[in-house]
Amino acid sequence: MSDSARKILVSPVIDNNPITLQVLGICSALAVTTQLAPSVVMCLAVIVVLAVANVSVSLIRNHMPSSIRIIIQMTIIASLVILVDQILKAYAYEISKQLSVFVGLIITNCIVLGRAEAFASSNKPWPSLLDGIGHGIGYSVILLAVAFVRELFGSGRLFGHQILPLVTDGGWYNPNGLLLLAPSAFILIGLMIWAIRAWKPVQVEKPDYEIRVHRIEAI
Amino acid sequence: MPDAGSNKGWFASLPNDSVLKTVIVATVLCLICSVVVSATAVGLRPLQQRNAILAMKQEILRVAGLDDPSRTVEESFSRIETRIIDLSTGQIAADIDPETFDFQKASRDPETSEAIPARQDIAGLSRRPLYAPVYVVQGDAGPGMIILPVSGYGLWSTMYGFLALETDGTTVAGITFYQDAETPGLGAEINNPRWQRVWEGKKVYGPDGQVALRVVKGTVNPRAADAEYQVDGLSGATLTANGVSHMVDFWMGAQGFGPFLQRVRDEGGVT
Repeated sequence: MSDSARKILVSPVIDNNPITLQVLGICSALAVTTQLAPSVVMCLAVIVVLAVANVSVSLIRNHMPSSIRIIIQMTIIASLVILVDQILKAYAYEISKQLSVFVGLIITNCIVLGRAEAFASSNKPWPSLLDGIGHGIGYSVILLAVAFVRELFGSGRLFGHQILPLVTDGGWYNPNGLLLLAPSAFILIGLMIWAIRAWKPVQVEKPDYEIRVHRIEAI
Repeated sequence: MPDAGSNKGWFASLPNDSVLKTVIVATVLCLICSVVVSATAVGLRPLQQRNAILAMKQEILRVAGLDDPSRTVEESFSRIETRIIDLSTGQIAADIDPETFDFQKASRDPETSEAIPARQDIAGLSRRPLYAPVYVVQGDAGPGMIILPVSGYGLWSTMYGFLALETDGTTVAGITFYQDAETPGLGAEINNPRWQRVWEGKKVYGPDGQVALRVVKGTVNPRAADAEYQVDGLSGATLTANGVSHMVDFWMGAQGFGPFLQRVRDEGGVT
């Protein structure tokens, strides 16, 4: 794998992460991360959809009429999402019930359309595939980290196995109910963005407006 | 597909933004996508249906309290006998095979269902089936708990669930919903096990033999005379709660399992 190819694959994981830097795909990150198992399935689904959508868009990029370009991309993405949803319903029924509407909502996950439009429609299939997988992994890293914290401290479990014995079952751990609610994912993602930007100050955005220092001059 | 320029056919030489090319690309893409989507949907349907049936059996086991993680669904379900009931008479319809009877389909089929007059259609179902399955738990002491499929319109769509009754044909043993689209956090609280447990021990039929069980607004006063016919409401979900009340009213009434349950109460249990 050439250097540029590796860069396309690896940079979205931290340096150009779709959630923490581009702040896309937050909706599903909030919704499915109360437990690890559905999060893993969600991540796999997003990686597959992103990779295949990117390759498909890239293959037809030179024949894409610009007037219907977004519709074409949406059609491809929507078909892939239905495909994934059908496969989950057939082979992972319980998890597909837990993910319910959120698999379908991959269609509206801005990461997928964003990569199709920003990268795949102007690059060859191979780099597009890597870009799709890279962004999928970047999304997954954040999603799984959030799910890990939420499941462990929200219900004392990991992948459904009890790790911290709960007070209600005679143990010592009093679960933090906030972590099972959507706002906690917001807080966790915010903390992660803070941590990553403290580690890599390049990612800090320039403020749109500077706060001007106001001085009262003595007359 | 090759990159543009590698083969300059008439198609590749069309300008991308010409109307003809736009139409061709859109049509071909839609065709390919629809073929892929429908092929998967049709190809995977048998597996999905099997999953749906398993999930339904799981739900029946849950409401009956026979949910045993150490055994497979099929194993646990072998304790439950499915009977097809002729709703108008309440008798067992012996000529219908429970194995092949598809309740959802029969509820829509004009052969096995009839339109409900608008005035009586309290549960918003528009058609009522003529035959319906009941699930009877077989215990050591003979047939016991009766599990009835119920459905009714909530706030957004039809809710499907099961109501389990004790042998006396009036005491609620449990309720569960396996399909609904109520508002998460409000109406969807019908799936909350804590609320479902409130139903246990309530009575469906009042002293006059009419359906008395309903979901009330707010909390039931346990000292009230009719407390055993009332279930706590769900805050912020009045319409869903009304839907559940209507559902119980319809399915336990004369158009639903009323005649069957009347027979159960007269005979002191299912036979």
